[in-house]
Amino acid sequence: MAGLAADNLTCIKRDRVLFTNLSFTLSPGELIYLRGPNGAGKTSLLRILTGLSSPESGRLYLNGESLEATRDVFNQQLIYIGHKAGINGALTAMENLRFWCAQHGTAFVASHAYEVLARLGLVGLEDVPVRMLSAGQQRRVALSRLWLKPSTYWILDEPFTALDTDGIELLEQHMQQHVASQGAIITTSHQPLSEHAGPFTELVLEYRL
Amino acid sequence: MNTLINGIFKRDMALAFRQRSELAQPLMFLLMVITLFPLGIGPGPVTLQKIGPGVIWIAAILSSLLAMERLFRDDFWDGSLEQYMLSGQSVAAIAAIKVLVHWLVSFLPLVLFSPLLALFLNLTVDMYVALMLTLVLGTPLLSLVGAIAVGLTVGLQRGGVLLALLLIPVFIPLLIFATSAVDSAALQLPYRAQLAIIGAMLMLAMATAPFAIAYALKVSQN
Repeated sequence: MAGLAADNLTCIKRDRVLFTNLSFTLSPGELIYLRGPNGAGKTSLLRILTGLSSPESGRLYLNGESLEATRDVFNQQLIYIGHKAGINGALTAMENLRFWCAQHGTAFVASHAYEVLARLGLVGLEDVPVRMLSAGQQRRVALSRLWLKPSTYWILDEPFTALDTDGIELLEQHMQQHVASQGAIITTSHQPLSEHAGPFTELVLEYRL
Repeated sequence: MNTLINGIFKRDMALAFRQRSELAQPLMFLLMVITLFPLGIGPGPVTLQKIGPGVIWIAAILSSLLAMERLFRDDFWDGSLEQYMLSGQSVAAIAAIKVLVHWLVSFLPLVLFSPLLALFLNLTVDMYVALMLTLVLGTPLLSLVGAIAVGLTVGLQRGGVLLALLLIPVFIPLLIFATSAVDSAALQLPYRAQLAIIGAMLMLAMATAPFAIAYALKVSQN
């Protein structure tokens, strides 16, 4: 079975059950839109999928094999962009991307990175320390990784935060292209995805007391 | 290895030199403490020589606590740490490189400054050589062991005091052997045994600390 499969995941945070026995599969060529009110466990679920935290019970499978065993393979095919952008404010956009690519074993071509930053509307800001940029621009720097590292799985936690309408449209189009080329995305968002994002499957988490 | 050098070593070096003031703070603290001692307790050469090694080592340990937190604090809060963990590199190797950079930028200057400190406190040449050797062997140990505690406390809002409480007891053996080595040197006695013990502690820390740091960071993420 191709894709990333979650099998009977249960997550408990501070004595509160966020979700129990959650099972779903994220297949290549699929966009899952994870929905739910604040505190429903969206971020917790995404962090469990990346392996940053562990579920109370339940297992994850990648292409039918246990994810524990294939973690390195999975990481090579994964881009995770969380609440915390993973961008250092004292470094410039170019430096941030260069070091990030080096860490992830992705070839870094400066001209390509300039191109990507230009497409994201950051012309002339490539060599400014990132903390000088606006919140939306910082988010764009973080998102530019989606153009730089070839990978199958994108796990995005509120990727549209602080983006303007143009930025949202740009990202949604890129997500659609990714899905069309057999990529797999799971994303959360508090605003509904528009038609630019293409077809998607909804996964709804309820808030439990 | 290349990914670690290009992705972590160069990055941390670039960051360290961009935040020079943060880098200089612990060193300035150390210099000020050591300058104040002769003024505070009187400039008697014999007294100074007697307390000198202890003062330098205590100041080094306390000032190291000031700089220790920056090892993982920024990376934790801005999310870089999450990205390291998902990079497919071994977290232990990343931690080892980060500790190396931390030692290079915060303790190597201290070792280089140590002749000046020795002069302030009227140490003899023999004592100075012993001090230098204990610093070279002992300060990497401070970095390695400190990084474990930083890894454990990085998720806490105000982990500074807790960090000191965790670390100071652990550093006591190092302090005892280091000052005892310098005292022996003052009496023209051999001090190889003390150095060997510090060296052994360093070897043990080098072999095991990166894995402990990796585990501590993983716990902090959860």
